[in-house]
Amino acid sequence: MPELKTVPLAEVSAKPKKKPFNVRKHLAHLFLLPAAILYGTFQLFPLITAVINSFYSWDGFSRDTFIGLQNFVTLFTESPFKETFVNAFKHNWTFFFVNVCTELVTAYILALIIHSRIRGKEFFKTIFFLPKLLSVIVIGFLFSLILNPTSGALNLFLKSVGLDFLAQPWLGSTDTALLTIILINGWAGVGFSMLIFLASLQSIDKEIFEAAKIDGASNFKIIFTITIPMTMNAIMTMTILTFIGCFETFELIYAMQGSSGGPYYSTDVLGTYFYRLAFGSVEGGQSIGLGSAIAVVLFLIIALSTAILMIYFKRKDFER
Amino acid sequence: MGTKWPVQTLKYMILAFMTIIISYPILLMINSSFKSKLEIMISPFNLPKSFSLENYRIVWEKVNFSGYIWNSIIVSAVSVFVVIFVSSLAAYYLSRYSFKWNPFVLFFFMIGLMLPMKLAIIPLYLIMRNFHLLNTHFSLIAVYVAGGIPFAVFLFYGFFRTLPKDLEQSARLDGCNDFQVYYKIMLPIMKPPIAIVGIVNLVNVWNDFFYPLIFIKSDELRTIPLGMLTLFGEYDTEWNLLFAGLTISSLPLLIAFIFASRMFIEGLTSGALK
Repeated sequence: MPELKTVPLAEVSAKPKKKPFNVRKHLAHLFLLPAAILYGTFQLFPLITAVINSFYSWDGFSRDTFIGLQNFVTLFTESPFKETFVNAFKHNWTFFFVNVCTELVTAYILALIIHSRIRGKEFFKTIFFLPKLLSVIVIGFLFSLILNPTSGALNLFLKSVGLDFLAQPWLGSTDTALLTIILINGWAGVGFSMLIFLASLQSIDKEIFEAAKIDGASNFKIIFTITIPMTMNAIMTMTILTFIGCFETFELIYAMQGSSGGPYYSTDVLGTYFYRLAFGSVEGGQSIGLGSAIAVVLFLIIALSTAILMIYFKRKDFER
Repeated sequence: MGTKWPVQTLKYMILAFMTIIISYPILLMINSSFKSKLEIMISPFNLPKSFSLENYRIVWEKVNFSGYIWNSIIVSAVSVFVVIFVSSLAAYYLSRYSFKWNPFVLFFFMIGLMLPMKLAIIPLYLIMRNFHLLNTHFSLIAVYVAGGIPFAVFLFYGFFRTLPKDLEQSARLDGCNDFQVYYKIMLPIMKPPIAIVGIVNLVNVWNDFFYPLIFIKSDELRTIPLGMLTLFGEYDTEWNLLFAGLTISSLPLLIAFIFASRMFIEGLTSGALK
């Protein structure tokens, strides 16, 4: 531990001798200062500025004149921005729905299984969690090698077991590319979601299950009438976390399909569109303003869903 | 004892199937990293014929992975240390002093838990450009620290509130000043939340690709995830090198996970739920 940082503060707080109480109390503000400055400068300030920026016209990287909602109007009504936006927006929704239907459902089933009488719980939990430690960029590149149409492991495997007709350019075809990426996203997240569900299952009082069994309820009935309603908090949390994740998604698609969400924009999402407008600079001088507008739209979508989550749980973290 | 054996068998079959689905790509990555380019194409599923570290040597020296790893270590270590240090100080302040604005300050930090930071990338980029911080490790560290503060303050604050105040009172009576109370009494008993904050931030920072992509231009400053982009750009047909690069970048966290899997799982699950 570097002691350097501790020395000045220690000296300062040792000073107060003449006006013992007041000075000492106010020196305590020094405890808050570093975190407040760093967080204020590099997080809160940029977030506020991001919203303000969307109301200005831009010339390259310099802010020009206040134009009100013009950026939003352009984004939603003018070609080609409108079409690109709608296309990307739809893909974000697809991402969300497919992810819930595949990753979350699988995760819930796995959690039910691991929660039941089974050996090797710790082993399975550890294995399923592994992808969470990999960088999204590693996951993206790894799967683009595995899914390579000619020499990737998946197609070679399908051919070796006689399923040649299934082998295809998974990432190169507009029909399968988005779906494939969503499934890879699910691969990376399923273990994590399972652990959240599992924690929720473990918090249910076991006597409820015993009572239901004595009453002669079947396992299926127990799952749908007791287990699922009693883990609704976790289901709700994961659904909204998934929603936020799906609307923020960028890296995986960038790594596998590039910043224009190829092939032919079939995997383009708001994240990649935003990146192109902000740093791709193909759309000309106004692109920073439009990029900022997308950021605000995304920001509203995410803030709204977070608010729903907060209200749902009636959380009291902020009242103290 | 009511569970029938077909049901049990089905459960184990599902678990086994998922185990293969989840672990096989990772095993394939590690396995292929020891093979030659030709071997990967001809027999992708077999074990390597000979255990050779040649790919690693080439990636390490030719593609500058030694430099990327070093950059990642510096950026991660400094970020994690600073997050823990400044956040624990702020949380200590919030939980132990009763200034009138404390609820507001807490709220100020908690806003950051809800907002997606990536959306502020344009203003961040402009700030870094105006301060001539683009293409420096400092820009990365500043963003990672700022992004890590809300969760860390939240966690430390919750922890401090559970601690009895008597402990500090007696230390004060023994003549400790405020900072000494924090440093000598609070820090040593804070190990569990420090471990969680450390792990959450380490994994985030080590794996982050987005900020280096925007901020870092010169090759010698790249962290591992961005270095991967160089590797895949320049050697896109040399699959043996690609697999070796992917393995190198993942191995440090995978090894740490093997030794402290419980801590990682606990830390990262609490890190996402906030």
